[in-house]
Parts: sequence; C-alpha cells; structure tokens
Amino acid sequence: MKEFHYQRASDIHEAIAAVSASPGARFIAGGTNLLDLMKLEIETPSTLVDISRLPLTQIEAASGGGLRIGALVTNSDLAAAPIVRQRYPMLAQAILAGASGQLRNRASVGGNLLQRTRCFYFYDRAMPCNKRSPGTGCAAIEGFNRIHAVLGMSEHCIATHPSDMAVAMAALDARVETIAADGSQRSLSFGELYRLPGRTPHIETNLARGELITAVVLPAPASGRQSYRKVRDRASYAFALVSVAAVLDVDSGRIRDARIAFGGLAPTPGRSAGAEAALIGGTAGRDTFLAAADAALQGARGYADNGFKIPLARRTLVAVLQQISDRKGNRLATGRGESHGRVQYLRSRGLPQARRSELCR
Amino acid sequence: MAGSGWRRRDVLRSAALVGEILATAPATAQTTDSRREAVREAGTRIPPTTLTINQRQYAIEVDPRTTLLDALREHIGLTGTKKACDQGQCGACTVLLNGRRINSCLTLAVMLEGDDITTIEGVGNGDTLHPVQSAFIAQDAFQCGYCTSGQICSVVGMLAEAAAGWPSHVTDDVATSPSLTDAEIAERMSGNLCRCAAYPNIVAAIRDVVKGTAE
Repeated sequence: MKEFHYQRASDIHEAIAAVSASPGARFIAGGTNLLDLMKLEIETPSTLVDISRLPLTQIEAASGGGLRIGALVTNSDLAAAPIVRQRYPMLAQAILAGASGQLRNRASVGGNLLQRTRCFYFYDRAMPCNKRSPGTGCAAIEGFNRIHAVLGMSEHCIATHPSDMAVAMAALDARVETIAADGSQRSLSFGELYRLPGRTPHIETNLARGELITAVVLPAPASGRQSYRKVRDRASYAFALVSVAAVLDVDSGRIRDARIAFGGLAPTPGRSAGAEAALIGGTAGRDTFLAAADAALQGARGYADNGFKIPLARRTLVAVLQQISDRKGNRLATGRGESHGRVQYLRSRGLPQARRSELCR
Repeated sequence: MAGSGWRRRDVLRSAALVGEILATAPATAQTTDSRREAVREAGTRIPPTTLTINQRQYAIEVDPRTTLLDALREHIGLTGTKKACDQGQCGACTVLLNGRRINSCLTLAVMLEGDDITTIEGVGNGDTLHPVQSAFIAQDAFQCGYCTSGQICSVVGMLAEAAAGWPSHVTDDVATSPSLTDAEIAERMSGNLCRCAAYPNIVAAIRDVVKGTAE
C-alpha cells in the first residue's frame, strides 16, 4: 500500500474542503472496497479523509411518502430497517444477496454505489486495463470474459458494475443527493450519476472532485409487487452473473405498471425502458414476459465466454415476472433472491430434465 | 520441545506481554518495526492511536496504513485473530466492532479510536468460555483451527443480528424475523470459510447455542 495522509473529518464541509483541495485525496467510509484496492495499489490516494463519523446515518421519511437514506447508513442497517423490509422489500433482498455479514456491517450505502468493478483485469496490474491505466487497452475483450458486460460496454471497456443494492435502487427510481465543493447541493438520477464507459472508462460518475454523496432518496414505492433475484456461481457470497429487480403491478391479468432493472449485464445500474414499455398494458403471461426480455436484451452482445448471460437474463426475467404474477394475496411483496442458484430456479420453472441440463450448461 | 515446558502458545503469550508493555509506553518503546524506524528517520512523528480492545486501552504508534488486523497481531500481540486472505474473502480475521462482526483486514486501525473492539481473546470471561466456544469444543467444530477464532467471533455477531430480528438472503419474507434454521445459519455464516470443511459441525455447534438460548 502506498503511503497516505490520514485525516478524520469533523463535519461535512471540512471533509469536502479537504478532498477538493487535493487531487489525490479520497473519502473513506467503510473502506471495504477502497482498502482492498489500495493494498493492490490500484487505488493510491495521497490523503484519506475519514467521513465515517459524519452524521449521515439516518433513515427518515422523505416528502411524498419516500425515504431518505443517509450515505453512511451501513448496508446491514438498511437491509434490517423495518420500513425497508415492509415497503421496499426488494432493496432488502438485494442487499442481503450481496457480500457477507461482516462486509455489510462495514460497507456504507454511498460506498456501495461507488464501488469499483470486479473485472479480473482491473485487479491485475500486470495486465492492460483502460479503467485502471487509461490508454493501455482492455485485456478482457480478448481474455477470459465470463463475468463481463453484454450491454452498454464499449470497445474500451466491458466491465460490469458489481452492486446488487444499486440494481434494486435503480428499479426503485432512487436519486442521489450530493454536496459539492462550493457548497451547492444537487440531486441526481442514477442515469445522471453514472457514466457509460465510452472512450473514458476510468471516469465512472459525473461527480466533481470533492462532491460528496450525502443521501439516497427513494420515492414512494411504485404500486405492485417487488422481487430481486440473483443468479451466481455459488449459493451465497458471490457476485451476480445476472440479477433482476422487478416491480410488477397486475390488475385482472393486465399489467398496469412495471419497473425492471438488471445486474451483471452492464457497466452501470439502470432501468430497462424497453422491458417496461413491453410490459405495461400487456397481459401478464409468458408471451409478454418474453417480449419484455427481448426488448431488454435488444442489442446485447456476448464475447467468447459470457454469451450465456443473454439467455440466462432472458430466463431469469421471465421466471421473476412469472413468480410475481403467480403470487397470491395482497401483500406488497414477498419472494426472495435466488438463494440456491440454478436448482431453485429450475424447480420454480418446473422444466423437464432435458431442458434443465440445457440450462445448467 | 517436550522437555522445555514451553508451548507455542506460551511463547506467543510472552510476546503478547511485551507487546502490551510497548503499547502502553509508546514514548520509550524500542522496536524493530522497520516501517516505524523509517518514519522516525524521516523525522515524522506518528501520533499515537488509542484502541479499546477487550475493554482495555492500548496506545500504539502505527503507520496509517496499518489494518486493525495487523495492529492486533503485530503491534498489540493479540494473535488470536488470524490473517489468511487479507482481502475480506475468508473471514479468518473477524472481530467485533461495537458488537458487530467485521473483517479486521479491511479496516484501518487509525479509524477506530473511540470504538469498542472485541477479539477472540475477549469473547469469554477469563477462563470461562463463551457458550459459542464451549459449543465448538463439544461439537468438534474445527480441525486445523485456523479459521476458528474468526468463526466464533462471527457466530457471536451473527447471533446478535438474529436476536435483533434481521432477515437474511434465505428468509422467505424479509419483513419477518426468521428463526435460525440450518439454512439460515449456513447463509449467515457464508463469510467464514473453513478449508477443512468442518461446516456440518460448525452448524451443529451454532444450533446447540441457539437451542441453549431458547431454553
């Protein structure tokens, strides 16, 4: 790890001033991703400004029936909050599907949004990586790219955003509140916060230097039932190959409203306008769900090892929507993430053995 | 070694004692820690960091780069906390921070002034074992033992989370507070790896503790 100067900020403005003043300064909250990257000298801040004691740990009602979540609320506290579990259950599900108990206890909400990709080549300093060392090339495009993006990538970078929490928040139309170096405050949608890689994959957000995320604001939940499902190589403690966050409002067999976001497919978390348009107004059933999947995955492109993500995403979306629309009762939401990977998924689909083996490849 | 009357643990304990003396007298501490020497040569004074570990205070001079894990093992001499992956994947370094389990390898010691840290050395009460420790022994919940201190600290933290009603990834309805079935235990302990694969006995030990608490 490179040497750095450590400073504990006593208030928000001091923290912002300290990071704004030095190009190499970084905020540190939970540190679960940043310290890992600092040990590998992928991140080499000259100063760490410790914001972990700042008073940004409240979960409180926001106007219009929404929820304001302080940027320093831990992942654990957010997933355990009764209001989240009751009104935004897919957010609790998404958080609980990620990392381990130990990491969730330390990781902050703001840090989760800004965590870096888990691309193997980003982590390997011996390899080219435009995100880590701009201009060196992308080793993943011709390399082992099983975990990489099929949507939204560029010829310069095919890394994915690793967060589960952000996928659920995207489907819930979260906005991010920030304070900038000049004291100005603004509110950003995820589309405004995150940048697609394009020619500059090392620039991942539109935040200015020293601009601090202070809160995430969720509007009142869209009507309908929510679900987050994650498909991965292990049943627990692994990043998503594919995940789906879905809100579906079905009335007498007709889809009134839908919110869909995918994880594991793209460089940034965001809603799929195509899938939602294909669903809204349609009949809740397999044909509509397949059409939504086709719309979501239009233009998707696989590389040597990750082509499986496209049919996997299609099947996962259909399964989630089927599960939600089959669910009885009037409760806002239940369901859970993909706890036992493919087995659970296959059982829920009731597929014959031949089809199962095809899916399990 | 049989005739010497010294066991590895005794050697470590005496080292720990030296560590404590050094830790409580930072101004006069002499150490071979090359990093510290290098900083001294550069003329930079490191302000002491005071950590509260197992209800006792330790003032240590550490480079800001020092993780809590390295501070515990190399500066304070509490070597019960183990270093394995050093990147938050294995859980061997699990300790309790203000009662919550964390990976001590992914936390800087300087960030923790004012916090209460509990390590494996502090989960019991003197020679009285914590119920989780007793259950691990009764159920033979380890083989080589390297992951065990992290496992035990993780269980203590996990039981507190469950007692607070936290759901998990395998909870059918996250709005409810589930009881600790084997599936719930396995999911909640997935941040602690055991390369000897003592998992069935670890689950059995935790099950015993849960039953004992319920009785």
